[in-house]
Amino acid sequence: MEWEFILEKLLLITAVVTVSLVVAMYATYVERKFAGFIQDRYGPDRAGPFGLLQPLADGLKLFFKEEVIPSNSNKILFVLGPCLAMLTAMMTSAVIPWSSPIEVNGKTVPLQVADINIGILYVFGVVSVGVYGMMIGGWASNNKFSLMAALRGASQAISYELALGLSLIAVLMISGSLSLRVITEQQVTGMWNIVYQPLGFMIFLVCALAECNRAPFDLPEAESELNFGYHQEYSSMKLGFFLFAEYINMFISCALIATVYLGGYDMPFVDETTLSVSTAAIVGAAALFSKTFLLILLFMWIRWTLPRFRYDQLMNLGWKSLIPLALVNMLVTGAVILWTMKG
Amino acid sequence: MEALTQRTKQVDRRPMTLLERIYLWNIFKGMLITFSHFFKKRATVKYPEQTRPFSPVFRGLHVLNRDEEGRERCTACGLCAVACPAEAITMEAAERLPGEENLYREEKYAARYEINMLRCIFCGLCEEACPKDAIYLSETFAPANYSRRSFIYGKNDMVIPHPVTDKEGFDMAKGLIEKKKKKS
Repeated sequence: MEWEFILEKLLLITAVVTVSLVVAMYATYVERKFAGFIQDRYGPDRAGPFGLLQPLADGLKLFFKEEVIPSNSNKILFVLGPCLAMLTAMMTSAVIPWSSPIEVNGKTVPLQVADINIGILYVFGVVSVGVYGMMIGGWASNNKFSLMAALRGASQAISYELALGLSLIAVLMISGSLSLRVITEQQVTGMWNIVYQPLGFMIFLVCALAECNRAPFDLPEAESELNFGYHQEYSSMKLGFFLFAEYINMFISCALIATVYLGGYDMPFVDETTLSVSTAAIVGAAALFSKTFLLILLFMWIRWTLPRFRYDQLMNLGWKSLIPLALVNMLVTGAVILWTMKG
Repeated sequence: MEALTQRTKQVDRRPMTLLERIYLWNIFKGMLITFSHFFKKRATVKYPEQTRPFSPVFRGLHVLNRDEEGRERCTACGLCAVACPAEAITMEAAERLPGEENLYREEKYAARYEINMLRCIFCGLCEEACPKDAIYLSETFAPANYSRRSFIYGKNDMVIPHPVTDKEGFDMAKGLIEKKKKKS
């Protein structure tokens, strides 16, 4: 019994990590293709058919690059930075329910690594630790530009985490649970949360963009204009880890948005209860992944459309617009819930 | 003061309306613009497979010409080297020996003829200076190599194929027939 449980979770973890890695890898490819098409170019098309081997070539290149650790840097922290970034990026995926439970040998197996009742809080905790990857990376480089960029990044992440949390509280008030599985199941039977929370969804989307350090909020890593940000001193695969962690973050946050607001593994216009258990699981996974990919495409689309915010504009938007909006959203949601409960 | 061009545009300095301050609508419009570019013509020329047509006066790498019987036209007069503003051309003359009449057109020929392609500015003055129609600038360009030494092109690199033994190559170098597309 016990080893079965461990084996099941181990398999799940392996699958989730592999999927996140592959998705993140090909997200770089899709991103470059997307950028190419928007800019009237073709994007990478040399490595393999349609350039499909480009991510492999990029990874290989990063591996073969010279590994430089600055002599005045704190070596332990310098290595710890990218590791932490990568680790936290992967850890977030643990609480996302990837599909409805399947049955193996008469036993129900949830397609979720950990169905903990504080799912969303866990996500927030891990995301906050992710800031340390950035901070440690910037600090350990012993380079003033890296440090400034890390400070920029950290303050941005902290500012937008507030609005992110506030917009989520409204959802939590509706669902009455912190567990992502419960939130999803409510959406499978009822309406998607975006119907109740359109404003909350917008705020969450904007904050997620900022949390992922993506344009128009990519100040922490503006390559040429701001000296490449906190990973300036990094080279080889350590740099690769930082960049890769970002794409994993993007994948996970898109999956999170899909789970919280867009019904998770709920396929629209299909009643899952009429399907067999395994079919429902496959349909559910397909639904969640297509939602996630559409969101990733939306992220890319936004990135290649908008110019970067100035830093004061960034802070103004975060503190003076999004947080008050999220608070109002929360208040209105609370009032409506009270009103309907009374009636 | 009169404006220099008619392209001046008055900057709209009115304060932003509420709709503009919300950003979202304008962001949406911008995203539509970027999306429309998905269906536009690509500006890319996929270079090694596709090439852009050159103008007829394009000046690329040099070729040394032969006459119809395959004799080298160059007589090593040195006018090209004198004309060359970049001083990229070096040559050594030699006298044609009896029995070499099928190789060289005149009594004097270039035993060594070198152009440093790193110095060359492809101005075409050598072509204009040549009294014997011996040097031409072709449509080949962008030589790539690993060492500086290999950018010094000798006679082996520049003399065009023999018109009798390699008719096709000769015609191709002369531009009489289309260059065959490289099979990929």
